[in-house]
Amino acid sequence: MPDTLLDIRGVSKAFPGVQANDDVSFRISAGEVHALLGENGAGKSTLVKIVYGVMRPDAGLMTLHGKPFAPQKPSEARARGIGMVFQHFSLFEALTVAENIALGIAPDLARDDLRSRIVDVSRRYGLELDPDRLVGELSVGQRQRVEIVRCLLQNPQLVIMDEPTSVLTPQEVEVLFETLCQLATEGCSILYISHKLEEIRVLCDHATILRGGKVVATCTPKEETAKSLAEMMIGETLTPPVKGSAAFGEIRLSINRLSMVADKQFGVDLADISLDVRAGEIVGIGGVAGNGQTRLMAALIGETLVDAADMIVLDGRPVGGLPPEGRRRAGMCFVPEERLGHAAVPEMSLVENAILSARVRKNLSHKGFLNLRTAARYASDIVDRFSVKTAGVNHAARSLSGGNLQKYVVGREIMQAPTVLIAAQPTWGVDAGAAAFIHDALMQLASDGAAVLVISQDLDELFAISDRIAVIANGRLSEAALVADLTIEEIGLRMGGQAHDRKAFHA
Amino acid sequence: MDLVVNILLGIIVAATPLVFAAIGELVVEKSGVLNLGVEGMMIVGAIAGFSVTLESGNYLIGIVSAILAGALMALLFGFLTQTLLANQVATGLALTMFGLGLAALWGQSYSGKTADKFPKLDIPLLSDLPVVGKLVFGQDYLVYLSVALVLAVSWFFRKTRGGLIIRAIGENHEAAHAIGYPVVFYRYLALLFGGGCAGLGGAYLSVVQTPFWAEDMTAGRGWIALALVVFAAWRPGRALLGAYLFGGITILQLHSQGFGVKIEAQYLSMLPYLATIMVLVMISSDRMKVKLNAPACLAQSFRAAT
Repeated sequence: MPDTLLDIRGVSKAFPGVQANDDVSFRISAGEVHALLGENGAGKSTLVKIVYGVMRPDAGLMTLHGKPFAPQKPSEARARGIGMVFQHFSLFEALTVAENIALGIAPDLARDDLRSRIVDVSRRYGLELDPDRLVGELSVGQRQRVEIVRCLLQNPQLVIMDEPTSVLTPQEVEVLFETLCQLATEGCSILYISHKLEEIRVLCDHATILRGGKVVATCTPKEETAKSLAEMMIGETLTPPVKGSAAFGEIRLSINRLSMVADKQFGVDLADISLDVRAGEIVGIGGVAGNGQTRLMAALIGETLVDAADMIVLDGRPVGGLPPEGRRRAGMCFVPEERLGHAAVPEMSLVENAILSARVRKNLSHKGFLNLRTAARYASDIVDRFSVKTAGVNHAARSLSGGNLQKYVVGREIMQAPTVLIAAQPTWGVDAGAAAFIHDALMQLASDGAAVLVISQDLDELFAISDRIAVIANGRLSEAALVADLTIEEIGLRMGGQAHDRKAFHA
Repeated sequence: MDLVVNILLGIIVAATPLVFAAIGELVVEKSGVLNLGVEGMMIVGAIAGFSVTLESGNYLIGIVSAILAGALMALLFGFLTQTLLANQVATGLALTMFGLGLAALWGQSYSGKTADKFPKLDIPLLSDLPVVGKLVFGQDYLVYLSVALVLAVSWFFRKTRGGLIIRAIGENHEAAHAIGYPVVFYRYLALLFGGGCAGLGGAYLSVVQTPFWAEDMTAGRGWIALALVVFAAWRPGRALLGAYLFGGITILQLHSQGFGVKIEAQYLSMLPYLATIMVLVMISSDRMKVKLNAPACLAQSFRAAT
């Protein structure tokens, strides 16, 4: 075995109520691509924050090149040759690329020739960048390049990549992998964090698998299958959902030439979006984050009213001018992306959260007074039918785990028996068991005759449950195509938006 | 000709306290903190400057005391909002009320007293030139300081790493923390600077402009300074311009009263405040524009997970 670069021994870290890392040990050799694999909440991000000096461990030791390594702050970790590319980019939209990079490196590296060095490094690794552009104007893929170039300018020995591909199109992923392989052959180690199994099988030399903060297995990914990796990660066997091929009914939801200007700086305008969803059908909208999904969701559920009422038609009735409550009355229910703070009020109890959404359709109020007993029964019904694990329906929404709260939120909407359900990221950040449950529930709803529209960045999810898939890129929606006629590659091309994508490909 | 010179002189004197207060608050807001207590910091600076000048007989000590008093008020605000994570809007309003009360208490025995005239720049020959001499070379020292301060802040934000860090923290404090900058520390620094500037602006009123002490003598200038920061779209040069514009409106109102314009004096006195409201409405009607320039993390508390 080649020289050990980083040796992690018995690292533990607890937060109030959760043991994020429990006696974690593994080692990374020089020039190795090492995967850290685990579900959301398995403790991956906490561990790398410790390595990068953002957090300090409660217990445990690390050595770098055989010398003790206990960074108190990120600049110390950087000085020892550790670079990091964050999952949620640590970039400043209103500053230029060069300013962003200057902020993230040691002051003595941010000299006057910084701009030319940025250009040099980005050329060498095939990551074209213009140092004078505002970061807010860049695509997500380009922003990641800024992070990577910033990292490389410091000649790191270990680069930590925290779920780097979750925001990229499949083509951008290929470019990224080429860069990473080039780095590894030059002797730089990479700690690669992901829960995407195929990626890890292609890219990584070794893998350490975390579950519930503990190391549960180590393996060589190339010798494993995606299924065996998944089972190590989840700790149970899973059966994929089975899709029935029902005939579809009449059009229930119709979006007609919906256009809308962005509401914030660096936002995306929606342009001329049209889509029909029929009874019994699940239509998925894929796309990289930040391409207008949030704006589209707000328009569909009535948080932002559209210019003409007939841009959104529900069962033949124009509803574009109705607020969310009016649309619920008309038969539309929705699951917004953000569980805590959007789909549910964190401090309010499950019963109160049920009232907030289901008041109209479930008659939970009468002449301005709340029907608390009925509401409590409704909340318990949701908990039972969607197997939500909770200490009771009077507990605050924030006390539930992500997966359980998501099941509750989805259940709350589905049990209102909507004719149209719109869900954004219905399984984002929930464990695989809950995700499978939610997928089943959505498909059941559709087969009962509702029209279901799912907006998601998770292509695997869309392929698993959708009948047709459309792609949103830069505020424009592609034609929805039958899943059987689509491949991941085609979707990827549309996700990048044609023009931009060619560039990324041949860079 | 004399009248024009007098009006211009009046504008400069009326604008200078606004320049100080606004440029200080601009730096604070660039770092992502909204301190609505400018009025309170100004009035405390005013009484501190006046009382210390009177007791010590030394202008310099008086002015420095005013800066310290303003900074101390800002430190209190910083402790409440940055360390204890209190809501910035509520704390800022409380700071204003606290400052007004504290200054009234402190100033009880100084009411009605007057101080000597603050020294002005006097360069032989140059200061004796007609018109230009008085306007450009005959001001008190603080006027020059105020302009220099604006230039310095502008240079600081454009050319220095410290300025870049402050901008970054105001733009995205989570990212700044992740990269390894002590967000709260820099915000304290910005707050202290802002408090010092507000105190200085207050002292300019009580020590230079009038010079006497009267309760509530800041008369809403702190609020105008806050509006100026938005008006200036967080750009130092524009804050200076805005301050002189508002100073101009104040002075025109005084002079039009002098000319016997047939409008009730109360209406004319409303003018600067009406102008403030108009400017704020006009600017915020273009939401995109406000967002383009506003520090994205303005008024958000930051707490680092460790």
